[in-house]
Amino acid sequence: MAANKSYVRFDWLMIFMYIALVSMGWINIYSASLSDAAKGFFDFDQIYGKQMIWIGLSVILIIFVLAIESKFYERFASIIYIASLASLVGLFIFGKTIAGATSWYDFGGISIQPSEFVKATTALALAKYVSDIQTNMQDLKNQIVAFIILALPAILIILQPDPGSALIYAAFVFPLYREGLHGVYLLLGLFAVMLFISTLAFGAVWAAVGVILLAGIHFYRNRKKRPNIIKYVLIVTTCVAFAFSVSYIFNNVFKQHHRDRFNIVLGKEVDARGIGYNTHQSEIAISNGGWLGKGWTQGTQTKGNFVPEQHTDYIFSTVGEEWGFLGSMIVVLLFVGLITRIIYRAEKQKNQFGRVYGYSVAAILFFHFFVNIGMVTGIFPTVGIPLPFFSYGGSALWGFTILLFIFVKLDGSNYYYA
Amino acid sequence: MRKVVLLALVLFSGVLFAARLFYLQIYDASPDSLAQNSAIKVMYDYPQRGYMFDRNNKLLVSNQPSYDVMVIPKDVKPLDTLEFCGLLKITKEEFKEILRKARVYSPRLPSVVLPQLNKADYASLSEKMYKYQGFYIQRRSLREYQVNHSSNVMGYIAEVNNAIIEKNPYYQMGELIGTAGVEKEYEDVLRGIKGVKYIQRDRFNRDIGPYKDGIFDTLPERGNDIQLTIDATLQKYGEELMIHKRGGIVAIEPDTGEILALITAPSYDPSLLVGRDRSKNFTKLWYDTIGKPLYDRVLMGEYPPGSPFKTLTALVGLQEKVVDTLDKFYCYHGYRYGNRILGCHNHPTPLAMVGGIANSCNAYFCNVYKRIIDKYPTPQEGIDAWRKDLMSFGLGDFLGYDLPSGKRGNIPTSKYYNKIHDFPAHNWNTLATISNAIGQGEVLLTPMQMANFTAAIANRGYYYTPHIIKNIIGPDTIPKKFKEKHYTAIDQENFKPVVEGMYQVYERGTASSIKVPGIAVCGKTGTAENFTKINGKRVQLTDHSIFVAFAPKDNPKIAIAVFVENGYWGSRWAGRIAGLMIEKYLKGEITRTDMEKYVLEGSLEAEYAKPYSGQPFSINH
Repeated sequence: MAANKSYVRFDWLMIFMYIALVSMGWINIYSASLSDAAKGFFDFDQIYGKQMIWIGLSVILIIFVLAIESKFYERFASIIYIASLASLVGLFIFGKTIAGATSWYDFGGISIQPSEFVKATTALALAKYVSDIQTNMQDLKNQIVAFIILALPAILIILQPDPGSALIYAAFVFPLYREGLHGVYLLLGLFAVMLFISTLAFGAVWAAVGVILLAGIHFYRNRKKRPNIIKYVLIVTTCVAFAFSVSYIFNNVFKQHHRDRFNIVLGKEVDARGIGYNTHQSEIAISNGGWLGKGWTQGTQTKGNFVPEQHTDYIFSTVGEEWGFLGSMIVVLLFVGLITRIIYRAEKQKNQFGRVYGYSVAAILFFHFFVNIGMVTGIFPTVGIPLPFFSYGGSALWGFTILLFIFVKLDGSNYYYA
Repeated sequence: MRKVVLLALVLFSGVLFAARLFYLQIYDASPDSLAQNSAIKVMYDYPQRGYMFDRNNKLLVSNQPSYDVMVIPKDVKPLDTLEFCGLLKITKEEFKEILRKARVYSPRLPSVVLPQLNKADYASLSEKMYKYQGFYIQRRSLREYQVNHSSNVMGYIAEVNNAIIEKNPYYQMGELIGTAGVEKEYEDVLRGIKGVKYIQRDRFNRDIGPYKDGIFDTLPERGNDIQLTIDATLQKYGEELMIHKRGGIVAIEPDTGEILALITAPSYDPSLLVGRDRSKNFTKLWYDTIGKPLYDRVLMGEYPPGSPFKTLTALVGLQEKVVDTLDKFYCYHGYRYGNRILGCHNHPTPLAMVGGIANSCNAYFCNVYKRIIDKYPTPQEGIDAWRKDLMSFGLGDFLGYDLPSGKRGNIPTSKYYNKIHDFPAHNWNTLATISNAIGQGEVLLTPMQMANFTAAIANRGYYYTPHIIKNIIGPDTIPKKFKEKHYTAIDQENFKPVVEGMYQVYERGTASSIKVPGIAVCGKTGTAENFTKINGKRVQLTDHSIFVAFAPKDNPKIAIAVFVENGYWGSRWAGRIAGLMIEKYLKGEITRTDMEKYVLEGSLEAEYAKPYSGQPFSINH
């Protein structure tokens, strides 16, 4: 290997925003998990103490990730992908079940959740496949292969079952669209989501009536162009079938707690003491913050542990209560800034592999950020996925760190590479 | 296009979250009220209510600890209802009803489950309280009465109701407030200020220490003790004298306007309205619509004053210069006008003013009254001039004393007569109102007003607003209005013959049989006709026995009005009681123990039973 290959320049802005987010994350985990039993900042029996160890180990991880030759990630992408799939399959044999989901390996008290790492390996595999010279995203066969690459880990994760984490794989539609996937897929997806929500909100029958009405209006307005009736019938039939199958799946395949989660956001449940409790408490805590917040470790809702899972998925409610509108906006802007920066750098990549991977990283981070904060602020349904770099959890922190720093490495090497 | 979709979405999400956060944290933020915060428990620390002392520093009422079982409905977890009801000694249905009401009031704020447990009940309950989440025991301070009299003076405290809470946010459900008597009038002084503690709680409602290390917490401030003008010995004695009679006694110190005794009969033991039997006892008192023990007859009862009013007729006559002290009037067994007669009893005739008062001659005062009214061109002007003079004695309007109940009484106006006679369609003259001369007719006074005009006569021309507060211990002050002299419209020299007349009442007049040995008492008897309705028919009852007096004649120390419903003639009951009270107050002991025994043992219950018997009955014997 020639010496010039190691001549790299890292994007320090990205690294700085990463450090800022991880540090702020820890500060809020400290507040959210503080208890009477705590003995100072370095009490490793406490949640915040453990997180400090995870953060410390992340530094070692980062050094490893950055030390590895960037070509390695491209060449071994498929093998890494297959190995990671094997780790998901292994769960069905060796996995540990926590809260109903068999998503964990237990290494002597330390639990590792492989699905957090599979996001990165899937991104590598997808980048490798799409950047192949023979792959054309406008070709149906290639589209199907790309879909399979994404569907395999998603299905394995759904089987755990961990539907929240599986949902993340929808984010990969963005890099694919960037690489030439027809825009109709995005629109179809959007229409499917709207139909999906209408079906749940108003029932399959009314959703079907709506579709038929819309089609009728469209046909009537274009009647002079003598449109093909069969086409209309086909589309309407598909839509109606979709609505009824959604309804069927929702009522017969989904478990009650999944249904409940959707019902809250669709306004079907207003019982603050029942299943809407998490979101309700989270909103109260955030409302409490005002402009400048209650001050670190001074949040009454945080101190009283009113928000369940506050140190993990609901960590942002602590930010809201204790740091107020100002602190919350800093966090939001940091995420927006980091993701924007990744997209910007991805566009600058000289090879397609780097660009697809960069887009994947941006899309995954965006998806987490969007769904998580949307959930904590009560805009979206409760989907249990963590806030990257912020939420407590070693696997998630490591997974996101690896995901981001592989891109930092690819990006840094690209400056003078080739 | 392909390059900007994700970027646009990222920026859009940033704006969306900024808007949402602004809405939650700034626009829709609930006011930062500690009481509304579910993570903060508000605990109250109730101060000791101020004590009450009598004028000689005898303790009348102090406090005892009491324990209320409270509930915060939203915190209630499923419990062993049967066991808990057993501990509380209530039925399951009662318990459910209490909980339902508490929830209606507020799921978040405490309500009372069971008020005023005593120490023994508290002891057995407190060990088991930990089992019942959402329930707790609130310590309060409750009244402990040291005396069994003065209930009408001291009043009582009761739980606040919703109307009070809405008006005054200081109070919360289950708290106590003075609702009658001195307790009500001086609530702000006696109550003190409750302390507040804010306690941080976790989601299991466990206390996890003071909120912000207690910087918002306040300490309770004890209420101020107050000293009343009441003489406990005199008050107690008066209540004993009034047993088995209805009516009341008001005694005032003329020098100051301090109320020495304020007795209404029948009365009740103030201790009845404390503790777990409070509501049972209160209901019983409330529904006694015949005896009306909760009705303060001396403040609320408007009675025809009868003959004591003649002293005022004399005073107004002198002031209006329509009569001289030496003018004599004949009495032809009454006052004859037209073909009617207003009767009188046997006495020497003709009489001048002193004799007229001493013998309570009706004819004399009818003549004087007619001259007063006829001094003016029309009876309307006459009545209004007469009324103006009387109003200066504090009659016909609220006196302004510091007790929360009272009545105006009635000193009729010309308008009043115009209305009942349908003027100007029908004219009326002085003789239509002639009964006013002798305190019958349309004139109505409360016993308190009678005592007050007696005090004004005792002072020869002025009075202080009667009051019950002697001192608020702490600020050491009472309202200024109780230190202002109110002058009557009558000149001082005009009082001399009237006082002499009242003195002669004892010497040779209507009270000569009930002299108080060794004390120069001035008094005036009264015997007032009165009526009730039985089955819609106006029926006359036995006359009210009335007496006003002050003593000693020179430099008076006590002015008193006694009113005994249906006691017949004035000296029979009221006169005797007044004499005994005066002697008790001035000498501290009773010389005429036979008379004392007669009054203490005498009962008018048979008289009071008559109208309810359903049988025909005779009166005045």
